[in-house]
Amino acid sequence: MAPAPAITDIEKLKDHPAVARLLAWNPAAVEGVKFDRDEMTIIVARESIREACALLREDPACAFNFLSDVTCVDRYPAEPRFEVVYHLLSIPKKERVRLKVKLNGASAAIESLTSLWPGANFFEREVFDLFGVRFTGHPYLRRILMPEDWEGYPLRKDYPVEGYR
Amino acid sequence: MAHLTPTPVLEPAQDRTMILNMGPQHPSTHGVLRVLLEIDGETVVRIMPDIGYLHTGIEKTCEAKFYQQVVPLTDRIDYLCPMTNNLCYVLAVEKLLGLEIPPKAQWMRVLMNELTRINSHLVWLGTHALDIGAMTVFLYCFREREIILKLFEAISGQRMMTSYFRVGGVALEPPLGFFDRVRKFSDIFPGRVDEYENLLTGNPIWKMRTKGVATLTAEDAIALGATGPTLRGSGVDIDLRRDMPYSGYENFKFKVPVSQDGDVYARYLCRVQELRESIEIVKQAVAGMPEGPIKADAPHVVLPDREKMKTQMEALIYHFKIITEGFAVPEGEVYQAVESPRGEMGYYIVSDGTAKPYRVHMRAACFANLQVLEKMCVGRLLADVVAAIGSIDIVLGEIDR
Repeated sequence: MAPAPAITDIEKLKDHPAVARLLAWNPAAVEGVKFDRDEMTIIVARESIREACALLREDPACAFNFLSDVTCVDRYPAEPRFEVVYHLLSIPKKERVRLKVKLNGASAAIESLTSLWPGANFFEREVFDLFGVRFTGHPYLRRILMPEDWEGYPLRKDYPVEGYR
Repeated sequence: MAHLTPTPVLEPAQDRTMILNMGPQHPSTHGVLRVLLEIDGETVVRIMPDIGYLHTGIEKTCEAKFYQQVVPLTDRIDYLCPMTNNLCYVLAVEKLLGLEIPPKAQWMRVLMNELTRINSHLVWLGTHALDIGAMTVFLYCFREREIILKLFEAISGQRMMTSYFRVGGVALEPPLGFFDRVRKFSDIFPGRVDEYENLLTGNPIWKMRTKGVATLTAEDAIALGATGPTLRGSGVDIDLRRDMPYSGYENFKFKVPVSQDGDVYARYLCRVQELRESIEIVKQAVAGMPEGPIKADAPHVVLPDREKMKTQMEALIYHFKIITEGFAVPEGEVYQAVESPRGEMGYYIVSDGTAKPYRVHMRAACFANLQVLEKMCVGRLLADVVAAIGSIDIVLGEIDR
């Protein structure tokens, strides 16, 4: 049984509370939506990510009060190259939403969420460590898993699996 | 040889404080956690966990493997609950594929998953008590853990790195007499939990070392991304098995233990109650085990039976194709989370339509849970750091991946 095709039409998805809230705030912040395999994805403009998360957290209809995960996908050699992926969970509503931000490879930087959720600290450090995406406003943006003097960012697609020899 | 210099280095901020290095080979850091502590006398002023000693680049390795070859890697992330990781990964891939899993496979998964939770909690209880100075509990816990490991060996051939769950079902039919052994274990186990509780729950020394120690408020726990018993010990009532059920958990009746105090004792009580609840789920799973196949009807994904492969041309071709070129997974992305013994274990898998995952990310519960250490320890005594680390039940394999 093949999965149902993904819905990417914003008109069909604008009733979803998170999409509705973001559209009501700033339609330019929503660059795209996708509903696929029962999971909601919202592509958010780079400069709006912190405010969008703050809105979704405070809005009672959404109440996405828990940051589950921050990670990144490298689409090399396509541009924009990086997708920073945030998974939010609403503990009261038992719902999830995925926020995505696309970043160009040349100056991959995005605002840190540590002021909203201090727990973003380690996750953002991990993304910085393995992808080289910088988080502005992060209190301690240092490598976390790799040694401090490591060269290169191992999870980038142009980094060989066996490492540089 | 710059790698030999431990980094980062903390400098004392005041004249009266000093830096204490704990780990990475300290017995109470449960593996290779290094903690840098700035202390003023015996009071902790600053605490900084240093991780990465066990980093093996599993996420990168996954990108070079076929989907079915990733399963054994997932065991090695969290070596105390291999099946939980297996489950989370296979559920994510099955969601990408849109596979229907037969009921018996789902129930087998729940059964094994709960045994894994008991196994993991037993190691936690034993080592946590050992850290605080109650040595005997360790021996009792490992006595019961041995029974579970023998069950794992009977069903999968391995004591620890089981890889028992496969995309589309489980690897093998359980051997003859397996359910009787599980039933026997589930009959004796509640009595054994009473034994542990007799040793600890009312013990005045245990209470002095754990009550009011390393407290964490619900707001802090949520803000710092804590999950599992660390979150429930602070009074937040969420359990993914009940609230966002997967693999047929909606068919089981169990309570979710929550405690309001947010201290080491509260987290201890939550986990011990979870032992009792898990064994109830095990009993229900054995009693209601459905009949039927243990693998999905999807020949392009699931390996055929050995017997069929030897007698039927078609099965042989499928077998050859799956082994040599894997199976293609439709394009897309999923985030699948399960309730691991330590909290929310999540797999984020991106597929580009080929037979190898484009990106696999593991959201490890301990990785986020470790961040609460600062809130728990700063301003408190050095000896309580050991109790705090024990109470969040860290597994470094999962943190470092």
